[in-house]
Amino acid sequence: MTVDTAPAPAAPAAAAPARRGLTLPSGSVITTFLVLFLVIAAFSVDGFASTRNAGFLLLDVVVIALIALPLTLVVVTGEIDLSVASTVGLSSAVMGQLWIVGLPLEAIVPLVLVLGAVLGAVNGFLVTRLGLPSLAVTIGTLALYRGLAFVVLGDQAVADFPRAWTTWAISSIGSTGIPTVVVPLLVLMAITGVVLHATPVGRSLYAMGNSEDAARFSGIDVGRTKLWLFVVTGVVSALGGLYWTLRYGSARADNATGLELQVIAAILLGGVSIFGGSGGLLGVIAGALLLASVRNALQLVNVPSDVLNIVTGVLLITAVVAPQVAARVKGRRRRPAPT
Amino acid sequence: MSAPLTEQPAAPLPEELAGPERSGRRGGALVQRLVVVRELGILAALVLLVVATVIANPRFLSGQNVRDLLLSAAILTVLAAGQTMVIITRNVDLSVGSVLGLSAYASGTLMVVAPGTPVVVVVLAGMAVGAVCGLLNGAIVAVAGVPSLVVTLGTLYAFRGLDSLWASSSDRLQINAADLPSGFKSLGGARLLGVPVLFLVAVVVVVLVGYYLRTFRSGRELYGIGSAPEAARLSGIPVGKRVLTAFVVNGALAGLAGVLYAARFQTLDTTAGTGQELFVVAAAVVGGVAIFGGSGSVYGAALGALLLTTIGTALPQLGLDPFWRDAAVGALILAAIALDRALQLRLAARLRGRSARR
Repeated sequence: MTVDTAPAPAAPAAAAPARRGLTLPSGSVITTFLVLFLVIAAFSVDGFASTRNAGFLLLDVVVIALIALPLTLVVVTGEIDLSVASTVGLSSAVMGQLWIVGLPLEAIVPLVLVLGAVLGAVNGFLVTRLGLPSLAVTIGTLALYRGLAFVVLGDQAVADFPRAWTTWAISSIGSTGIPTVVVPLLVLMAITGVVLHATPVGRSLYAMGNSEDAARFSGIDVGRTKLWLFVVTGVVSALGGLYWTLRYGSARADNATGLELQVIAAILLGGVSIFGGSGGLLGVIAGALLLASVRNALQLVNVPSDVLNIVTGVLLITAVVAPQVAARVKGRRRRPAPT
Repeated sequence: MSAPLTEQPAAPLPEELAGPERSGRRGGALVQRLVVVRELGILAALVLLVVATVIANPRFLSGQNVRDLLLSAAILTVLAAGQTMVIITRNVDLSVGSVLGLSAYASGTLMVVAPGTPVVVVVLAGMAVGAVCGLLNGAIVAVAGVPSLVVTLGTLYAFRGLDSLWASSSDRLQINAADLPSGFKSLGGARLLGVPVLFLVAVVVVVLVGYYLRTFRSGRELYGIGSAPEAARLSGIPVGKRVLTAFVVNGALAGLAGVLYAARFQTLDTTAGTGQELFVVAAAVVGGVAIFGGSGSVYGAALGALLLTTIGTALPQLGLDPFWRDAAVGALILAAIALDRALQLRLAARLRGRSARR
């Protein structure tokens, strides 16, 4: 971790004096926070450390952490995808509609994953081939995909999925309370971590996040790489849609509405720069877990769930403001007066 | 932030910094023409949509229907006007939906606690709440140098949470029409020469913001900041101060939108305005405001808001399921940014050809 999360070769000019002072890898601060919080909560919040509660907590974080994996790679390249939650919704709606039509789940699953690839490819095509800003494109497809979800399924809910599948979705490993689904998630995390931090591809993502032109001149096919990232994000979001549907036992067009903001909050909290080029996967996973644990702990002490939004917001802002302020204080001490 | 925060003596701005609308030079005139063409394009789309809907259902243009449409558009238009100022500086404010909710709840509470408060004071109070939220956003963005997308995503949550905290701690989870003074409630349906007053408020806001952005030196500087932040700083524009002002004005307008919301719907809970941020940004983008700043006009954004609202009410009249609305909005956003890109490429080619001939 200490070695492989800091490959960012050249920080953007504005942050340059800051970076020289920071020796900790991105993500270590947030991971420390997470550990501290878990320890404090375990001792001070009744029921927080129970296996039952840990199971619920992990179930809640699964889809956010899952989608955060490919989306982190997208953000590292300097792009963004706001349409992920709508892709979850559309996948869920299509899954429900195909089930009504009478297809078996064994056939529905691959079809929905292909759909996710297509949805991601549309984003990727508009961004890389037409050169449109991903922020605007994916605000558009956020509305488009969610709209199509309603066109496909309307406002009905499909809930008669086979018990075997829905109970698997919330089952846990033996009596540990750890959800079964955490195992495949860990595998995907490991794969993503290796790709991002230990392969030339991962390195090239940081390179294009820092300077797209420089990356292009050094022989990286920026367009193709980004296109593939959007496709993968689509597929993984569709997977998230399948899981979401089974976990709540209900296919609805409005499933996971607003989830994109939670995923992005986790990524930014984890120390990934919104401008691309820096950050690491460990921080993102810690960020997702921290957000979920804080909400969970506060719910246990009966803080109304709407009020918890304050915590999410303040955490997010603190996470980005604190390093900036620290960097400025450090920079000022180092050099007399930055013009 | 190291730039002095005082007004600098006027110095001639480089052409790029002067924004796309400064006419006089031939390149500028060309850009100006393009902006007008772009706005006429949205207007044409709007007219086309209305004509098609009227053919399908002649009653679409009935007085009541049009008044409802204008009422719904008013709130989105006010939000879009403020958002345009922020986006032009290459920033974005995602917290406006939450600010709207907070201001609506605050003005509602004010009227419940002090029923005799004049409407003007309620409006000013709502705008003040919004301005404080905007000040907070702008201060974090301008002083700490954190990207506005992140900051306002954070305050989107924080302001909404504050709203809920206030509502749950005061035991007033919902404010109903019966709690509001009748003077305020009549504002929602009030008309002047047959036009809803709320819509007129939106029109006044758009004209004022439009006049400011076009005529005032500091308004032009917002375009300069969005086109090239570093160049703007080097040419002496107080970037931090201007960006902060844009956020405060946007916050105040979101606050005004909150009061309009209270007047229109008269039932307030802590979900007011949820999810509006995406429609606001969509309205601006559809209206030709470039998402990365430096170009676009508030009139375009207002037309965008009107078009998005019209789509919502026109689809059922056209025999399409209302479920198609979001999909249509999404397709429209994609079409608008693709069109902008095409126009931009053509413009660049024309300008290049021109300087080559010289």
